[in-house]
Amino acid sequence: MSKMPDSSLITPKALKHLKKRRAADARFRLYGIAAIVFALSALTLLVIAIGTRAYSATTQYVFQAEIMLDADLVAPEGETSEAEITRNIEGFYTLVRDKLFAEFPEASQSQAARQDLSELVNRLAVLSLARRVADNPSLIGKSLEVRVPLSDDLDLYLKGGSPKDVTVRVGSAGTIETDVEGKARISSTSGLSKVTSTRSLLEEGKAMGSVLLAGGKAVARIDSLSPDAAELTLLTGTFEQLANAPLVAHIIPLPEAERPISDQQIAWAIALKQAGNARQVLHTSLVTHTDSTYPELAGTLAAIVGSLLTMMVTACVAIPMGIFAAVYLEEFAPRNRLTNLIEVNINNLAAVPSIVFGLLGASLLLGTFALPRSAPIVGGLVLALLILPVVIIASRASLRSVPPSIRSGALAVGASRMQAVFHHVLPLAAPGMFTGAILGMARALGETAPLLLIGMVAFVAEVPNSATDEATALPVLIYSWASNAERAWEPMTAAAIVILLSLLVIMNVVVVFLRRRFERRW
Amino acid sequence: MDTVGPAKADLALTGEGADKTQALTYPRIDCRNVSVYYDDKQAVFDVSLAIHDRAVTALIGPSGCGKSTFLRCLNRMNDTIEGAKVTGDIFMEGENINSPDVDPVLLRSRVGMVFQKPNPFPKSIYDNIAYGPRIHGMVDSREDLDAVVEKSLRRAGLWEEVKDRLSQPGTSLSGGQQQRLCIARAIAVRPEVILMDEPCSALDPIATARIEELIDELRKRYCIVIVTHSMQQAARVSQRTAFFHLGNLVEMGDTDQIFTNPRERRTEDYITGRFG
Repeated sequence: MSKMPDSSLITPKALKHLKKRRAADARFRLYGIAAIVFALSALTLLVIAIGTRAYSATTQYVFQAEIMLDADLVAPEGETSEAEITRNIEGFYTLVRDKLFAEFPEASQSQAARQDLSELVNRLAVLSLARRVADNPSLIGKSLEVRVPLSDDLDLYLKGGSPKDVTVRVGSAGTIETDVEGKARISSTSGLSKVTSTRSLLEEGKAMGSVLLAGGKAVARIDSLSPDAAELTLLTGTFEQLANAPLVAHIIPLPEAERPISDQQIAWAIALKQAGNARQVLHTSLVTHTDSTYPELAGTLAAIVGSLLTMMVTACVAIPMGIFAAVYLEEFAPRNRLTNLIEVNINNLAAVPSIVFGLLGASLLLGTFALPRSAPIVGGLVLALLILPVVIIASRASLRSVPPSIRSGALAVGASRMQAVFHHVLPLAAPGMFTGAILGMARALGETAPLLLIGMVAFVAEVPNSATDEATALPVLIYSWASNAERAWEPMTAAAIVILLSLLVIMNVVVVFLRRRFERRW
Repeated sequence: MDTVGPAKADLALTGEGADKTQALTYPRIDCRNVSVYYDDKQAVFDVSLAIHDRAVTALIGPSGCGKSTFLRCLNRMNDTIEGAKVTGDIFMEGENINSPDVDPVLLRSRVGMVFQKPNPFPKSIYDNIAYGPRIHGMVDSREDLDAVVEKSLRRAGLWEEVKDRLSQPGTSLSGGQQQRLCIARAIAVRPEVILMDEPCSALDPIATARIEELIDELRKRYCIVIVTHSMQQAARVSQRTAFFHLGNLVEMGDTDQIFTNPRERRTEDYITGRFG
């Protein structure tokens, strides 16, 4: 290679500079990629975390049975009107409970056992059945296949949530020696040693929990366990059923005293599942029911409707007001101290914490103007105030992005200022304005704090019919569900979050669609 | 008015030039002592000149000399600029268009304007032309409107090129076509005067040549005032030329005279390329 002359572009100094610059470029690219990867993984983590929690709430265990709708019970003499049938929870519940008693005769032995069995299905769970019958009285006196949700604790257990159990296949029973009534002894099945070892592993040798042995429709509790023999107490069914079916041991490490459901209730649940009377079905009540104190009955319908009503009020107030304020400020207002002050204040208003707007709503709308508490109209107005600056700022930005040459062109052919704005500038700015408006609405939809202050946190069991009815909103419902103690609320809360997020995603999709569809270039 | 200077001389010159040089034309617009202020800054100093009908008047001068600002006085476009103030009298057909009683919207329908950068509305070609006649209620029926659109496009020399795609967006045309569309749009409201603010500065030489031909054609019907950076263009298309410098009207006269025998030293320096 020939020696480079001094004037060459490739000198050691230049090479050093080049290397440095390339390294800087590469570093910068790396930072960017790292930031995006971080953001994406955070998003994925969020979706997975919520998704897995919400997943178990997509289904629900129901008690399903053929029930004869006895007229004497569901619509006794003199109580046959629609409202009276709907209110006759007791009658319907008796039907369902009787069905359970028929299924498990052993429960009739004691008051406590009857009580335990009744707890399998919540009293209020028959409400939707009562409504259905009230709507269609011709069903009375006929046999009907009904589905009522099982109690949340059993539902959680059957879905593998809590208390956790580990199942071990034991195989057939071998010999069963029945001595005392309800007690038995089995021996020499190879499976028992597996159960013993699994149990000691799970309970770390403390042996506090229970082991239930299920076969067919029968379930027995193992009182004492050794690798080659076990003492049984029959919980439901018969020993014959147990002897003739492949056995499965359910090892529940949590001691009976520490869980909300007893061994007996678990045994019934297992038996119901074996018999096909406990079915896992799609959890439609999540979106068709209103709120309830019982997780298995609770749904988000009232909150969804409340949110939609609130959003309607917000949209009706914030969008026209915001757009017209923006048009005035951007196109017509003179530039002076006053408008500068207004502009600064609008920008500041956008940064005011939302709870402050809640306080304003509580004192002004509820206090001074005496609007109804907990009503979507108040919530909607407060949220409209909250997003108004956002809408104004987005609309102004979008108006500013319309080139001034369009305005001049319109003015030059003799359009008035008003005509120039309404015929030319507004149509061009509209997609951007609606983008801003919908993003503002999305923010309002997720807002909780101001709604808490104006009382939209109330327990609402009725779907609101108008903007002045008592209502709650989805984020507030999530907040109150999340603060409930029972374990079953956890998946319910996650499911409500998924519903809220889906609404937000839909709104964002609309934004993207509007932008793609109506954005014009010049 | 705190500035005197060339203004008085120009006034004399204008009156003189108007009668002598273009026997067939008479002043369509007569400007007297026009000054323009942007807030406290004065951009045009006491300009008086006459603009003749059925002729092209070119306003030339270096950047920032106030020629565009002056042009915008003629259809009161300066009204739309915050802080702009125009003083002096501008007579058009004996009416002072700078009077506060004159509706600038009505004025602009009689004084059309074409801008530096083609600015068709992001609508169809048809709607671009039809917009003016529609808002002024100049047509009663769809047929009338069709006729106005066709006539305007024909006069702007664009009809043959776009007659089959009137529903396509005006922004889909080439730069030169867009500018002719803007001219057609200005013509559609039947103005008497057409103002052009550097109409060819964003166009290539071929498109420029077409626009210049068009201007020459339009001269037969309209009074045209054109601001241009290009002295060759002024020489090619205009009959009368006004030279502005630092907000003052330095000299105005027949184009031939300005370019061959300027009276002022500054004019000569500018057209010979010694500054600007």
